[in-house]
Amino acid sequence: MIEVGTVIATRIFAIDRELLKAYADASGDHNPIHQDEEFARSVGLPNVIAHGMLTMALVGKYVSDFAGSSANVLEFGARFIKPVVVPAGKKVDLTVSATVSAIEGGRVRLDLVATSAGVKVLGMAKAVVKQ
Amino acid sequence: MLNPDSVGRTFTGAYSITVSQSEIDAFASVVGETNTTVAPPTFSIRASLEESQAILSNPEIGLDWQRVVHGDQRFILSRPIVAGDVLKCDSTIEGYKVAAGNEIVTVRSDLRDAVSGEVVVSTWSTLVVRA
Repeated sequence: MIEVGTVIATRIFAIDRELLKAYADASGDHNPIHQDEEFARSVGLPNVIAHGMLTMALVGKYVSDFAGSSANVLEFGARFIKPVVVPAGKKVDLTVSATVSAIEGGRVRLDLVATSAGVKVLGMAKAVVKQ
Repeated sequence: MLNPDSVGRTFTGAYSITVSQSEIDAFASVVGETNTTVAPPTFSIRASLEESQAILSNPEIGLDWQRVVHGDQRFILSRPIVAGDVLKCDSTIEGYKVAAGNEIVTVRSDLRDAVSGEVVVSTWSTLVVRA
């Protein structure tokens, strides 16, 4: 039974350099900060970082699974507050959880939390799905 | 710096975009989605960001895309995107401000069904041009 305040089970996604390459190919976003360590450092980043939109796509998968299908996702938004840093040869976590914040007119609103290495990476992350 | 005259202007994409099943499959595969009868909720970012980049990089508009980072992103999905959809993208520069030397630009993109004219997905992207 879903009601306001229901906490949705946490899910952990693994992000590595291979996933960044796959997302770059799938999305067309080939910005070198997501591929090339030397370039990323040259623009002041600690290392290669994940595409913000990859983070959001994975959280989108979490939302789609909750909703039963991507077809039931009506709204989805987030602010990119911290980068997900992806060192070579490592798998880093994207840990996603959610709480039901409203149910109204057949629409369920979720407040989402996404962290990597214990740091919150998305702000104001919210979705609305069909009930 | 962004040409202030461009704020409020709407740009109609030069091309229509035909969505293929293989593009949906590639995007779905990255996030581990096995239901590919509809596109994942953030799939449209590929079309809208490409369009925004084309518009904002125009010398008349004057935004330095090399220094752009993604601040936030929001989607309102009227219906899911499916293979075979032919979409047109209209983008509007909705907001512009300068804070601590960073330029902050909000772009709204409406992806419409090229046949019916209905809006399939509206997206809002906040892009930050780092000082």
